[in-house]
Amino acid sequence: MFDNIFGIHESALLLQGERLGVLTANLANADTPGYKARDIDFAAVLGQAADEQAPLPLRVTQAAHIVTQSADMPAAELKYRNPYQASLDGNTVEMPVEQAAFSEDNVRSQASLMFINDTIADLSLAIMGS
Amino acid sequence: MSLFDIFNVAGSALNAQTIRLNTTASNLANSESTAGDASKVYRARHPVFEAMMDDTATDDQQAAIGVRVLGVVESTTPPAMRYEPQNPSANSNGYVYMSNVNPIEEMANMISANRSFASDIDAINTARDLLLKIISMGH
Repeated sequence: MFDNIFGIHESALLLQGERLGVLTANLANADTPGYKARDIDFAAVLGQAADEQAPLPLRVTQAAHIVTQSADMPAAELKYRNPYQASLDGNTVEMPVEQAAFSEDNVRSQASLMFINDTIADLSLAIMGS
Repeated sequence: MSLFDIFNVAGSALNAQTIRLNTTASNLANSESTAGDASKVYRARHPVFEAMMDDTATDDQQAAIGVRVLGVVESTTPPAMRYEPQNPSANSNGYVYMSNVNPIEEMANMISANRSFASDIDAINTARDLLLKIISMGH
């Protein structure tokens, strides 16, 4: 019953955490010659997670049954960023782009957290009845 | 890569940028150093960064797990000579070799290191805020 109460936000939060790590790696290597900036195609991966989540997980009553996963960490394929202006040392990290993506991801994470918190508040309201 | 890994990734970057600031300070301090021999004069030093990769991950999953200083290289720009016969380190012809530090380049390097340092601190603070919010989830 409580398997999927947070909806997409559970996998979204996992993916946002993952993406924040990738973006931090880009920021960390902003001055590394030859480093290629990477990112996660957020919409594609989350869309895939949403598709996979649509069917309800199968109930397992025997050891031989196949266990289906719900709200699992979506497989995040990393892509290379296309720089607006290539730099001479082969580094494709552009600080404004990375920082914008970083802030965006931060706001998305906060939003997901807020949705989850609100769901918990609604549920406790329903349970306590006060 | 989880939120906790961000501290390691950004921490390694802070370390690398600190080394860069250190070499910049050393270069600026020695920008007026002289020597009577071209091989003994101070040469500008610069760190070379390298991305640390997670070797266990496949290519489409591979994000850098930090940055490290591969080494510190000395500038190969030939040092300028100056005629200073009164200088105690002057050679027999009265010339001294000046260090090849370019103060403008060093200042630009310092600002760049400062900016990178600030954005790494930002990343750490963001990760910390998110983790604290996740810890207090539902309260």
